Amino acid sequence: MTNSNATSHCEQPPLLAVQDLRVALQTAHGHVEALRGVSFVMQRGETLGLIGESGCGKSLTALAIMGLLPARAQVNGSVQLNGTELTHLNDAALCKVRGARMAMIFQEPMTALNPLHPIWKQIAEPLHLHQGMSLTAAKARALELLERVQLPRAKERLEAYPHQLSGGQRQRVMISIALACQPDLLIADEPTTALDVTVQKEVLSLIRQLVTEDGMGLLLISHDLGLMRDQVDRVMVMYGGTVVESASTPDLFQKRAHPYTQGLFAARPQLGLKRGTRLQTIPGNVPEIFNWPQGCAFADRCPHAEASCRMAVPLPEQIHAHPNSDSSSMQTHDHWVSCLKWQQLEASV
Amino acid sequence: MSSFVFQRLLSFFITLAVTSVVVFGVLEWLPGNAAQVILGETATPESLAAMEEKLGLNQPALSRYLQWTGGLLQGHSGMSISYDTPTADLMLERMHVTLPLAIMAMSFTVLIALSLGLYAASKQNSAADAGVMTLSQLGLALPNFWLAILLILLFAVHLQWVSAGGFPGWSEEDGGGIWTGVAALLLPAMALAAVQTAILTRVTRSAVIESMSEDYVRTARAKGLSKSQVLWGHVLRNAMIPVVTVMGLQFGNLITSAIVIENVFVLPGIGRLIFQAIANRDLIVVRDVVMLLSAMVILINFLIDLLYAWIDPRIKTVAAGS
Amino acid sequence: MNHAFKRALQHPSFVAGSAVVLLLVISAVVSIFWSPYPVGDIDIPNKLAASSAQHWFGTDSLGRDIASLLLVGSQNSLLVGFIAVGIGLGAGVPLGLLASAKRGWVEEVVMRAADFTFAFPALLSAILLTSIYGPGLVVSITAIGIFNIPVFARITRGAANSVWTRDYTLAARAAGKSKWAITWEHVLPNIASVLIVQATVQFAIAILAEAALSYLGLGTQPPQPSWGRMLNEAQSQMFQAPMLAVYPGVAIALAVLGLNLMGDGLRDLLDPRLSRTR
Repeated sequence: MTNSNATSHCEQPPLLAVQDLRVALQTAHGHVEALRGVSFVMQRGETLGLIGESGCGKSLTALAIMGLLPARAQVNGSVQLNGTELTHLNDAALCKVRGARMAMIFQEPMTALNPLHPIWKQIAEPLHLHQGMSLTAAKARALELLERVQLPRAKERLEAYPHQLSGGQRQRVMISIALACQPDLLIADEPTTALDVTVQKEVLSLIRQLVTEDGMGLLLISHDLGLMRDQVDRVMVMYGGTVVESASTPDLFQKRAHPYTQGLFAARPQLGLKRGTRLQTIPGNVPEIFNWPQGCAFADRCPHAEASCRMAVPLPEQIHAHPNSDSSSMQTHDHWVSCLKWQQLEASV
Repeated sequence: MSSFVFQRLLSFFITLAVTSVVVFGVLEWLPGNAAQVILGETATPESLAAMEEKLGLNQPALSRYLQWTGGLLQGHSGMSISYDTPTADLMLERMHVTLPLAIMAMSFTVLIALSLGLYAASKQNSAADAGVMTLSQLGLALPNFWLAILLILLFAVHLQWVSAGGFPGWSEEDGGGIWTGVAALLLPAMALAAVQTAILTRVTRSAVIESMSEDYVRTARAKGLSKSQVLWGHVLRNAMIPVVTVMGLQFGNLITSAIVIENVFVLPGIGRLIFQAIANRDLIVVRDVVMLLSAMVILINFLIDLLYAWIDPRIKTVAAGS
Repeated sequence: MNHAFKRALQHPSFVAGSAVVLLLVISAVVSIFWSPYPVGDIDIPNKLAASSAQHWFGTDSLGRDIASLLLVGSQNSLLVGFIAVGIGLGAGVPLGLLASAKRGWVEEVVMRAADFTFAFPALLSAILLTSIYGPGLVVSITAIGIFNIPVFARITRGAANSVWTRDYTLAARAAGKSKWAITWEHVLPNIASVLIVQATVQFAIAILAEAALSYLGLGTQPPQPSWGRMLNEAQSQMFQAPMLAVYPGVAIALAVLGLNLMGDGLRDLLDPRLSRTR
């Protein structure tokens, strides 16, 4: 299990250390546990992908890290950014961190930008807030940022309003807003899902390029496997409010340990299949969050489930440690899975 | 931008023109002719003929219409039948009461409604919010002239702080003065403002709540803005759009309600003028006052349109594209 | 069906509002057959009496029993509401449906006409009409009803437009259904809830408008009792019998409040999507 308290040999704390993050909500239907224990560690400059179906809790994880959940959500667990415990900070202190040390871009750039403010103003806002820049200086810096994100005709577009830009252009504006104060961590929640397919690749490569240039950590959330393959070093698979498998991208694409991940990969349509081959699906439906089943959330849909699976939620177990890793915490090349039967399944392959 | 203003200006003049045609037309299309309506059933044929002569009813409708509108544009208005003075003089005199009354009422409304609405939205679903909502429900249900009567009962009959009606005049030579004038308009303004305040409070509250749940608020918070910074910098301006629209509509309501309220308090304003004119069958005054009131409403709508476009940059591009 | 009923009974606004409205309807119906005293009974020696066992709310300046006047006056209010809203629905809804189905210049004309009518202060026009055609219930109801037409036309068109863009409507058109059939079978049922809610709002507005007209002497004429006119008569007796100015107003306010609450409740119950932020 991860143990972020154990100091590793490098003295610097990891960029982001999330330990047993839980989120509970009071809804009209009663008490709901939306996030049921998410733990991971990110180092500086690392790119981490978070994948899962809608409702598995990936956006919630991002919002919980940023502290953007409504007050009525109960957040338990630990989130440490550069060693600072974020869950203990009051709103004023958190406001200093948000936008400055960690930033987030959202899925819908049209609604995420204020329709009444010109785009330079929206980029200048965090600069003015966190770095005390004057509006003129901030406007100049906004222009630099827009050029960096390759917004065509940036100079003319400074005074433009969001509705005058296309989806891809708006997302570039969002990226410049996020990068304005040079944060250490960038969280991107389905940044290209709402964009045209032709633009998706451009925007993603742009994000990846900027992240590498600035040495930021990137947490990329998506439901698209193909995306993960090219864009992140490491992938975490979420289901039912927890992480069920995490591995480096090449490892995961080579071999899956959790039945859900296996199902996900098998469900991808592939070229070259014989005519008439049926596409594979995972039978059943995602359980409702008001009604988590006892034990492993995937048990009802899992072809290998047995009685022990339904008794308690399986804990993460390490499949193999990279020869270079020197502690038991989740390092970049380790492969972890939360399944009681992973060894049996591995053996039978 | 200027094409937008031009479009709106054109629309303004066209609406004004069409309104004048309709006003003129309605008063033409009466049971019997205008002379009969004015003089009533007991009129003798001679007095009828004299009145018809006076009104110029022997001329075709179109030329009378053009005479009327032409006269208005040059600043001449018709002569009142009952008062035998130009309607313009009458209306100007009465505006000295109605305009301050409307301004006072609108000020109360805007000040109270915006603050209450904002407050309720910031404390959504709390007891305070429920209190504001209940109060506004009551405000909506009260007939404004009843509220006026209740206010008179309380402040004039019971407490005797103000008189039960009437207007002393703005200048001290007439027996009035600035402060006595304002005091006389206080209760009427409150009665006028009550319903509008209830409506505007609800609109403000829902506009702010809706604004607060928009995605760009989440982005603003993600940038590190505090809740109050988000409120003042992002939420309010967006919330103002529906609020300003409603405020514009309310002006028309205010004018109409003034007719009733001025009657309750016996104030010598435009509302009372038109009421008396209708009772006296003074069609000239009725026609001119209705035209004036409609023109005021149309003007306000025009100004609101411009204000709207200033607040929301999306409006101009839509108009330009269409 | 039962489930909907149960939900309705749990909604506080709806229950409170409907209870008041029900009370109003019962009063009106009962008053057709019976009232504590006949409303025509003048009893000068007993004028301006305070509340007592014989006259629960006292008497007015002619000695008439206030309670009876209030009771019978409810008939007036209900009548106004029904007919005015009826006119609005009867003429406004078809216009709105037409505008939405035809689009193009038909829609333009209808909407411009509606917008234009909004520019005319409604009460002013009602006063004008009653003065030309004579005061009375019929003229004032007609005047109020006419101003309901653009309201319903607008609402109908707006709601109908959004139904026309739904997939099931497109599917019906692709299958060859005529616009009229679609309007009747798809559009109308789906906008019904919006119309019902608006109808309660307009009902309340009609009651207020008629009360104002009656107060000015232009509405219901004597001897038919009217709450608005009662307030006018009470105003001249303010110093002698202040309570006379309170009771009719309470009746009006209660009726309007009940309708508004019922409308709010209906809005929540019929279509939760309508009441996003309350």
